[in-house]
Amino acid sequence: MVVKCEEVWREISSYLDGDVSPDMRAAIDAHVSGCKHCTAVLDGTRNVVQLYGDERMLEVPLGFSHRLHRRLEGNMPGSRRSFLGWMVAAAAGVVLVGGFEAARSSSGPRNLRSEHAQPGARVPPDMMVLVTSEGKTFHVAGCTFIHDKAHVRTMVAREAEREGYAPCVRCLKKYLS
Amino acid sequence: MENPVADEEMLIQRIREGERDLFYELIQPYERRMYAAAFALLRNQADAEDVAQEAALKAFKHIGQFRAEARFSTWLIQITVNEARMWRRKGHAHMMEPIANHEDKDNEGNYTPRDFADWREIPSETLERHEVRQKLAEALGSLGQIYREVFVLRDMQQLSIEETAKALGISNASVKTRLLRARLMLRDLLAPGLGGSWSSRLSFEKGTKPW
Repeated sequence: MVVKCEEVWREISSYLDGDVSPDMRAAIDAHVSGCKHCTAVLDGTRNVVQLYGDERMLEVPLGFSHRLHRRLEGNMPGSRRSFLGWMVAAAAGVVLVGGFEAARSSSGPRNLRSEHAQPGARVPPDMMVLVTSEGKTFHVAGCTFIHDKAHVRTMVAREAEREGYAPCVRCLKKYLS
Repeated sequence: MENPVADEEMLIQRIREGERDLFYELIQPYERRMYAAAFALLRNQADAEDVAQEAALKAFKHIGQFRAEARFSTWLIQITVNEARMWRRKGHAHMMEPIANHEDKDNEGNYTPRDFADWREIPSETLERHEVRQKLAEALGSLGQIYREVFVLRDMQQLSIEETAKALGISNASVKTRLLRARLMLRDLLAPGLGGSWSSRLSFEKGTKPW
């Protein structure tokens, strides 16, 4: 299959999401490798998805959480736990997660994060995938097996594999040998 | 911690049985996403905050109607999107649509990229800089409503195509078309040489010449 620039642009979004047929993927790869314009469009679009997919882009105004909880508290009849109590619980959670992160970051070389996981085979290296800091697998967006949705990061599959993540057994089953 | 989905189901069950305080715990991981969804539709901080609060209250009141076949996070976002739309209909929103020439009509025609400058990878550490986040937010804010809402739900909130379609009440095909255009428009807006000089200026500041 041979594709033109226009077809590459039309398929670029699905290509990045891993949602094109193997034939189409191969045709796009072949085209892009010899086309400067399409390389620029593909790299830039991948950059866009990666940057906006970062949780740092989900900024909230200062004090947002505090005000939300106050509002809830004022509207929940019979609420027993005080707002202060909630703040203490939330702060404890942050400390707990922080400790976890520190322990993980000193865990040495990046083999697979789970001894039970299977490494992937022929995962398209540029496919956009999602990982969570405490997870062991990478996923495509929308997979119901993504647990800690609040701490998700977007990256290319190559990067996820380098960090020791393995393909999800549900959404990326086809890449498990 | 071992199985957050099961934990969430248990929390929901306990809230339904009367442990109302647990609702804080339940929605806390999703607060930022609710705000972001509201902001994507309303583009005004104060409105988005009001709507996120309304949506949280509504979710609390209707927790009995939540069905476990959907994800709780998706259900929350759906409520937020509905609240934001109602807010707009009531004329609360301080909106100025549309900005620039990114028309809101669903254009099924192909999108032709306008800029082919090579865009070197921008490392995600760059996002530590407020200026960069600001530029990205501005570019997103200049997209037409229909593109912005699809992009935010799919690429920032990581909903699937189907979940995005359901939350917005549109077809999967429309989600895909709008997502493609949104991604390509953002690339054009941010690529060097077309409203994107900020990225080369940043590398220049770091000591790399942008030429």
